[in-house]
This record gives sequence, structure tokens and C-alpha cells, in this order.
Amino acid sequence: MASEGGEDHRLPRIASAIRVIPDFPKPGIMFQDITTLLLDHEAFRDTIDMFVERYRDKRITVVAGIEARGFIFGPPIALAIGCKFVPMRKPKKLPGEVISEEYSLEYGTDIMEMHVGAVQPGDRALVIDDLIATGGTLSAAIRLLERVGAEVVECACVIELPELQGSQRLGGKPLFVLVKAAAA
Amino acid sequence: MAVCEDKEQDPRIRRIASSIRVVPDFPKKGIMFQDITTLLLDPKAFKDTADLFVERYTGKGISVVAGVEARGFIFGPPIALAIGAKFIPLRKPRKLPGEVISENYVLEYGTDCLQMHVGAVQPGERALVVDDLIATGGTLCAAISLLERAGAEVVECACVIELPELKGREKLNGKPLYILMESH
Repeated sequence: MASEGGEDHRLPRIASAIRVIPDFPKPGIMFQDITTLLLDHEAFRDTIDMFVERYRDKRITVVAGIEARGFIFGPPIALAIGCKFVPMRKPKKLPGEVISEEYSLEYGTDIMEMHVGAVQPGDRALVIDDLIATGGTLSAAIRLLERVGAEVVECACVIELPELQGSQRLGGKPLFVLVKAAAA
Repeated sequence: MAVCEDKEQDPRIRRIASSIRVVPDFPKKGIMFQDITTLLLDPKAFKDTADLFVERYTGKGISVVAGVEARGFIFGPPIALAIGAKFIPLRKPRKLPGEVISENYVLEYGTDCLQMHVGAVQPGERALVVDDLIATGGTLCAAISLLERAGAEVVECACVIELPELKGREKLNGKPLYILMESH
């Protein structure tokens, strides 16, 4: 697990708090488990602080968090910077009127939904998830936000798996991550 | 939305209560769904919600906040971060990698299962269980069981909303319940 930009003294602790589980959810995949980061209060605090420091002066009006681990990191950031939090969810979880976006999985497709009316044209959005792999999920989130007229300022994740080149699937949107890791 | 009598004094609760949207006939006919996503769109209401819980639990020696997937992931982490506790996600089956313990619980039709990581909680730890809403209490009861099986002491369950007619409060193994508002 390599820290991104070793200058920040908080990154080694954050990186070492993340547990790697081999062969989950299937053989060959090295799963980056952030639950152990959440057990280290100081490391979890530092993770949130690093995102908040980056975004507090960027006039962000909405943090969109991707179900489910994006729900853990997004709300503390939204609370600290004083903006809306919008959950981006699997199908049929959000009540009321939604818009949907289909995206590719390794085998097949999935659907992401966002509430109609949650985001306004001109909102400046941050998209949050724990990890970026292929970028499929994040790119679906970007499309949903742009369809309602928001400007996606950046995508932010704790971990990137650079070999999977997800950063190139974000429609030109920038990506900020704290740590980079091997996919397999 | 009825505000609990003893909390009528706190001016923040009215704003929180009025920010919650009721969606009829979701997920099925006859159910009036309490939608907290609109609360998350009101930064002051969301901050006040977190603050109310933090004020109650600061200085109580709570070292674990356990949040029930998925909406407990939104409210739990801000509390954990503010009071200096670990955050533990309690999840649907096959989401947590590595070794887990499982607890089955009864739904209206059929059963479901909640899982927690082995080793997340140590014997003797004082724990809070957080979810957005308590209905029948089945999910919270399963959460309490998981924590107690790992040797933790569940101090209280905390939810934004209670549906008192469903008597979930009686299913919590005698554990106290703290809520901000009731819905009838």
C-alpha cells in the first residue's frame, strides 16, 4: 500500500490501517477493506480532515456519496463543509421520484439512482466513494449529476487501484485519492 | 411528524422533523415511508441531528458506534468521529470481507441476516447502535445480539425516528432507546 504524496504525515497511518483481504469477493481479487480504518479513530479522523482541507474553500454545494461505503466518508465531509449530502443508491432503495443511470460491471450491468430534486442546476458537486477500481460506478454518478445540471468539481476516494485505469473513465473529471494499491 | 414531549424544548428538533419527507406507499401500498434524504439536503438540520446525538453521548465512555446498513452509515460515523469512538458497519450478508459473525432476524415475510466483523469489538467495550429509524425493532435487536455476542455492553440504541405503534422499543433486550421524533 503506497501513500500518495508522502509529504503528509498522516498518510502512512491511514494506509497501514487499511486491511487487504485476498480472494474476496472471488479468487484473484485483493480486497481493500476500509473497515479497519474505521476502527482507528485517529486515522479515520485524519482521512476526513484531509478531504475537508482540500474542499472547504472550493464552494462545493453537494457531496454525493455512493452506496454503501461512500455513505461512511461523504456525510462527515458534507457536515464539515456545510453542504448537502446526496446518497447515490442501488435500484429501488430511494423512495419517490428518481433518475437512473445504467453502468457496466465486469459481467453485466447495474443501475445507480439519485433523487429528482436533490441537486439543482449550478450545484458544485463532489463525488465520494471509498475506492475507485474500473471507474464504472463513479462515472455513473458523474453522469447522473451532470444530467441535472450540476458541475462535478472532483471525484474523491480513499483508495485507487491505478492498474485498472479508472481515472481515465471519469469524463475528464479530476480524481483525488489518498492511497494507491495493487489490484491483484 | 410528532416531536417527543420532552424534546419540545429543543428548537432544533422542529426543523429536523419538518425536513423529513413522508413518501406514501413505499416500498409497498399502505406504508408511509419516512424519508431522511431530505434532512440530508438541509445542512443545518443534518448538523443539528448529529449534534443532538453527540451532546448526549460525549463523555459516556462509549468506544464503539455500530451503524446498521445503509442509512445507519450516514448517521453513525459523524457521531463516532465527534465522540472519539470506532465506527463498525453492521451489514447484509456477504458484504463484509474476512471473518464475520451472523445474526438472523425475522421480517414481516421471511428472515434476514446481519453481520459484523470478528475482532471489530472487544469484550467490555461500551457500544451505541445507530440507525435512521426503528420500526419493529428486528434489525436493532439483531445488532444488539451481535455486539453482546462479542462481549460488548450495548449502552443505548439511537435513531432519528421511531414508529411507536410497531413497539420496536420492546424488542431491544431491555436496552434503552433514544429518539428525536415519533411518527404515527
